[in-house]
Amino acid sequence: MNPMRNEYEKKIREAFSFFESPESESLSVRPKRWQDDIIAGLIPEGSKVLDFGCGSGELLDRLIREKRVFGQGIEHDPENVFRCLERKIAVFQINFEKGLQFYGDGTFDYVILEDTIQTLKRPMAALKEMLRIGTYGIITCPNFAHWKVRRFLAAEGRMPKSRTLPYEWYDTPNIHLCTVKDIIEWINENGLRIAAGYSFSDNAVSVFSEEDDLLAEEVLLVVRKSV
Amino acid sequence: MDSVTRYDLPDSSRSVGFTKAGRMTVADRDNPFLTDSGVLLPHVEVEYETYGTLNNDKSNCILICHALSGDAHVAGWDACWEKENRPWRENRPGWWDNVVGPGKGIDTNRYFVICSNVLGGCYGTTGPASVNPDTGRPYGLSFPVVTVSDWVRVQKRLLELLGFSHIYAVVGGSLGGQQALEWALAYPQFMEKAVILASADKLSPQGLAFNTVGRHSIMSDPHFCDGNYYGKEKPDKGLAMARMLANITYLSEESFHDKFGREFQYTENPAYNFQIEYKVESYLNHQGLSFVHRFDANSYLYITKAMDYYDAAARWGSGNLEEALSRISADLLMVSFKTDWLYTPEQSLEIAKVLARLGKPVNYVLVDSRKGHDGFLLETEAVSRVLDAFLKKEDSDEPDEE
Repeated sequence: MNPMRNEYEKKIREAFSFFESPESESLSVRPKRWQDDIIAGLIPEGSKVLDFGCGSGELLDRLIREKRVFGQGIEHDPENVFRCLERKIAVFQINFEKGLQFYGDGTFDYVILEDTIQTLKRPMAALKEMLRIGTYGIITCPNFAHWKVRRFLAAEGRMPKSRTLPYEWYDTPNIHLCTVKDIIEWINENGLRIAAGYSFSDNAVSVFSEEDDLLAEEVLLVVRKSV
Repeated sequence: MDSVTRYDLPDSSRSVGFTKAGRMTVADRDNPFLTDSGVLLPHVEVEYETYGTLNNDKSNCILICHALSGDAHVAGWDACWEKENRPWRENRPGWWDNVVGPGKGIDTNRYFVICSNVLGGCYGTTGPASVNPDTGRPYGLSFPVVTVSDWVRVQKRLLELLGFSHIYAVVGGSLGGQQALEWALAYPQFMEKAVILASADKLSPQGLAFNTVGRHSIMSDPHFCDGNYYGKEKPDKGLAMARMLANITYLSEESFHDKFGREFQYTENPAYNFQIEYKVESYLNHQGLSFVHRFDANSYLYITKAMDYYDAAARWGSGNLEEALSRISADLLMVSFKTDWLYTPEQSLEIAKVLARLGKPVNYVLVDSRKGHDGFLLETEAVSRVLDAFLKKEDSDEPDEE
């Protein structure tokens, strides 16, 4: 037995003793799609909206009803595609990671990547494409640096699970998780700016700040190119 | 057709029941029909069928366009079949019976469905086997070459004579899909929706190659006699071979494996002769033989030629597909089938991409199928679901009760 191992374990436990093990949250109860309310609030009437990975079309349906947007969904999963057609959502069944060159620059006012970026093989390519096709990009994703996530990995020594990350490591769509700091870095390095941002934490939504890296469970950022 | 297909019998609540075709004269000497090839046809008669009930404001009409070997008999059971008249209809319903009917993908409780046989066909609409009123003899090859656009204009005459100036949707697969596309291009305001299955804006060069071999096969049959074989022995061998060849293009590598493998039909060991041995040989042979009983070789020439000529971009955009598709105002749904190599998913995708580039709404569905081009006829569940979802009007939960 390596004596250093027990020493490290003790130090880590001490370091995280401030954070109590979270009250037994049900992993199956995911937070309500708070992002939809925000998005429906901020997209102007009549906008052109493209939703990358639109799922069953719930968000676009709402935007069409509430904001009379021109909405186009892109979705790969056949079951979701059926649901979109049933909802009368225009749906394009392709893998958008294979490229959307056929859309001209600035075709859409808003391109949405809701809870999708962390599931992509090449997230950077998708982010770039998002801001080529759209004037604004809306990204929502879980923050892997939330304190509960950090505590889970540090104190338990296992892949973190939480209500925003409810999957087993071997059975998760999330293959490229990132943190708030990572996103900020991407925004800065690519000459983008945050037009609006929101953080979700403790069942409440607040205006995003870069200091939310520890407290935000999920974030929603509206980004655009700096002119 | 899969041998396992179960038919809905005429008394089933899911069948349109017994059907009777209608006939309409859409062109006569006072109002002849001018073909794209520049010929005035002094008399055109169209065979058509309808199912379902037209609603009060005539807003529930769907036109179905049939494919190469199809006819107006989409669904139900022909009440008029006889031993001498279309006997093959005794034991099988219309060609899309599993998709069209009460409660089905195209729900005849909801929609009034029309389908007509194409110009140049051999199922009741004027074609090369019809008598030329000027000569009193069958046209044969003196019948003008016809195009997909001619078909659509004939269909439009029919619809107008039936009292329609607007329909809800036009739906077609394969060559029928090209008619649906042509409808949306030629008469953009005539319909609200268009569904194009297993089709494309034009046939690929490989497709042209298969069609030309098929025609060669017919025209080199010793009984072809320049198309003047009516009343004599027919070019059955040539037509059968054309059908066998075409059938290969309707399946996929996967479906050949699934349906036949390398199995022998009758024996377990090779017979060391040139009789039919493999299941796949038996299948193709059967397809060829049964086809000659129900199809006219000249019609086969005319219809494949129309298929060859169709090029939406050439017709409506001086060769530019984007310019052509910019005409469209109907909501389009493209449905493609993963293993279709006659009209490939990439070809359907091209239409979807151009619509996207034009800023139009795009509905594109790729059905995960092993059944090749025939997927549009055989993937009943997926096709029905997609059609039902796309066609159903948001504000009409239940069909009208009259």
